Amino acid sequence: MTSADQSPPPLYAKREPIFPRRVKGSFRTMKWWLLAVMLGIYYLIPWIRWDRGPEMPNQAVLLDLANRRFFFFMVEIWPHEFYFVAGLLIMAGIGLFLFTSALGRVWCGYACPQTVWTDLFILVERWIEGDRNARLRLHRKGWDGEKIRKYGLKWTVWFLIGMATGGAWVFYFADAPTLLVDLFTGQAHPVAYLSVLILTMTTFLFGGFFREQICIYACPWPRIQAAMMDEDTLTIDYRHWRGEPRGKLKKGELDPNQGDCIDCMACVNVCPMGIDIRDGQQMECITCGLCIDACDEVMDRIGRPRGLISYMALSDQVDEQAGKSPKSVWKHVFRPRTILYTTIWGLIGIGLIVALFIRADLDMSVAPVRNPTHVVLSDGTVRNVYDIRLRNMYHERRVFALSVTENPDLQLSIQGEETNRVTVGPDEQALLRVYLTAAPGTLSNAAERSPVRIWASIAGSSERVYSDTVFNGRNQ
Amino acid sequence: MVDPKDKTPENKVSPATRQYPDTAAQMKQDPPTTGHSWDGIEEYDNPMPRWWVWIFIITIVWSFGYWIAYPAWPGIQSATSGILGYSSRANVAQDIAEFEARNESFFVQLVESDLDEIRDNDELHRFAVNAGGSVFRAQCSQCHGAGGAGVQASGFPNLLDDDWLWGGTMEDIHLTVRYGIRNEDFLDARWSEMPAFGRDGLLNNDEIDQVVNHVLSLSGSDHDAAQAAEGAELFEINCASCHGDGGEGDYFIGAPALNNQVWLYGGTPEAIRESIYYSRFGVMPGFAGRLREAEIRAVAAYVHQLGGGQ
Repeated sequence: MTSADQSPPPLYAKREPIFPRRVKGSFRTMKWWLLAVMLGIYYLIPWIRWDRGPEMPNQAVLLDLANRRFFFFMVEIWPHEFYFVAGLLIMAGIGLFLFTSALGRVWCGYACPQTVWTDLFILVERWIEGDRNARLRLHRKGWDGEKIRKYGLKWTVWFLIGMATGGAWVFYFADAPTLLVDLFTGQAHPVAYLSVLILTMTTFLFGGFFREQICIYACPWPRIQAAMMDEDTLTIDYRHWRGEPRGKLKKGELDPNQGDCIDCMACVNVCPMGIDIRDGQQMECITCGLCIDACDEVMDRIGRPRGLISYMALSDQVDEQAGKSPKSVWKHVFRPRTILYTTIWGLIGIGLIVALFIRADLDMSVAPVRNPTHVVLSDGTVRNVYDIRLRNMYHERRVFALSVTENPDLQLSIQGEETNRVTVGPDEQALLRVYLTAAPGTLSNAAERSPVRIWASIAGSSERVYSDTVFNGRNQ
Repeated sequence: MVDPKDKTPENKVSPATRQYPDTAAQMKQDPPTTGHSWDGIEEYDNPMPRWWVWIFIITIVWSFGYWIAYPAWPGIQSATSGILGYSSRANVAQDIAEFEARNESFFVQLVESDLDEIRDNDELHRFAVNAGGSVFRAQCSQCHGAGGAGVQASGFPNLLDDDWLWGGTMEDIHLTVRYGIRNEDFLDARWSEMPAFGRDGLLNNDEIDQVVNHVLSLSGSDHDAAQAAEGAELFEINCASCHGDGGEGDYFIGAPALNNQVWLYGGTPEAIRESIYYSRFGVMPGFAGRLREAEIRAVAAYVHQLGGGQ
């Protein structure tokens, strides 16, 4: 396995350009469908309208950074409810664990934006320059009229796709129809143009030029995933015990002493990562399945059974080589580890949904003013001051009433208001300065501190929230 | 035979075709070193990656442009100014001017409105309270505290309660802030002085004790009833002209009310005794001339809304 004359590998590896050949098959078809669906979701979502009433934005999905609101269809998230987003991120993380332990790098192969956009860019490249051999020829020859024309056209189309990508991104952060007009009339916010520019350039460079290098050098996921896979994880591999020793067809016939692999290089030529799957599982492999399609096509043609390259787990290899039949796909997918991940994932999901539906559409936060902790008035009354923030997370103007419980000594009043009621506009918040007073002779007046519960309720409805705080007395 | 439980690298790769570089062979062909040796540790002389070198060169080229465009080289008095004329200090001055221009209409309104109008105009009042708050923290908080609670031990009045020395209406507060208390710079400054009854020999120690007990009785604090009864007459003769018969105080001459629970220097017998013996009163600077009239009005509005305004 070793050779003495092998020179040490250089630390800098020059990129070998990859020209993936066109391939047909079930995985390729599935990938085209996934590409269409995912790009469709990405481009169309900002344009879906959702009626929330006259004073609210009517965009179904909107990250309104200026007003600090996140709208997602019927759900509206305020900044203090950011734990929902944290919960979703945790679910996304555990979801990746789940998919990785069951299906390996299925995210890399099918759903990662880097894969999807690279696929799209390679499609454009093929339309303009032709398939693998034509592209190779064009790459190798000098700069002439044809090359300039084709490369120029390709780069232009890539750039336009990049612009469309960056352009769609900013629509998630502002009213899409308004922003579209503003973008073209030069009235949009500079940040919008900057975002479009950055995403245009990253899409153009990542999809057109960096491609597999992002996966190999920039992305942490290939390294992390290796730690999450086990012998039951489904990945793509080559049945070397069936294929070896490989050899070319002789007079269109397989030599009985050789394996099924006819060394046609189909699997290598279609690979967008530029690797040879017959070397076994390797870090560069994104498990996109295109080599399976390519090999199955060849096996059909030479009359050998399909599946020389296929999805399989490490344990299958052992079983198959020992002459046993491999486990079924379902047994690989449903095992204690994946069921545990699914359970955790599901529990967090259920928790979030329950939290979403039982949360009140009003909220109050109470901040006691502690400089000074209390004031003694001329008649001996002790007064505490609280800064109260009321949030009306509802699309109509509502009247909030404040009251105190747990402490009968205390009287509540709002600075600048005659009553204990305030009106808060739709989807707005009000900052109030609230006084609690304890008359002389009461327990709370003399005590160092006493508990108090402040309630905010919606007038004419049973909805209410409370906040517990303390009242500071004279400590006598 | 591949054993999936075996995690050694050779077993992770299934086909026999995989080639591994021989580390021993590699070691023999190490790249040249720089020739430096630190405690036997040598450094390979590998070239930097080309992309890195290019970025390095580009940043050097960029720096020349930067030197010309922006302030860069220090001189004796100042730095080179750069052809773009950029100056962070000028930017700050410009920002300040911009904000002042934006606030100018409010400042004009503050000066032109009656003090009561400021309270009734929501937008103007909000501005006055915010502007007054920042003036208060810069100019007033040293004595009155950042929260306005004052310092009793030093006789800096608490501005949050409902007891006032010189009145708690907007007009009163405005006048106090403008000219100060016992301030010789302004004829209009509020002025009054309490005699030092003990030090100047107006009352002897026993009489002072009797007055102290009478003063304590006015606010319902613990006191010696016999002493207080004796002190009642002394109080009427010596104190009532300013503090009132019942100790209700007088805003006009800044005489504190003695019949309530708010004490400027503290409500203990010792503190009251010290006040009578030595006479204690505070001073406050006048802010006319130091602050703009609009700022004085803003600070009056701020103090008024702290909780004690009348």
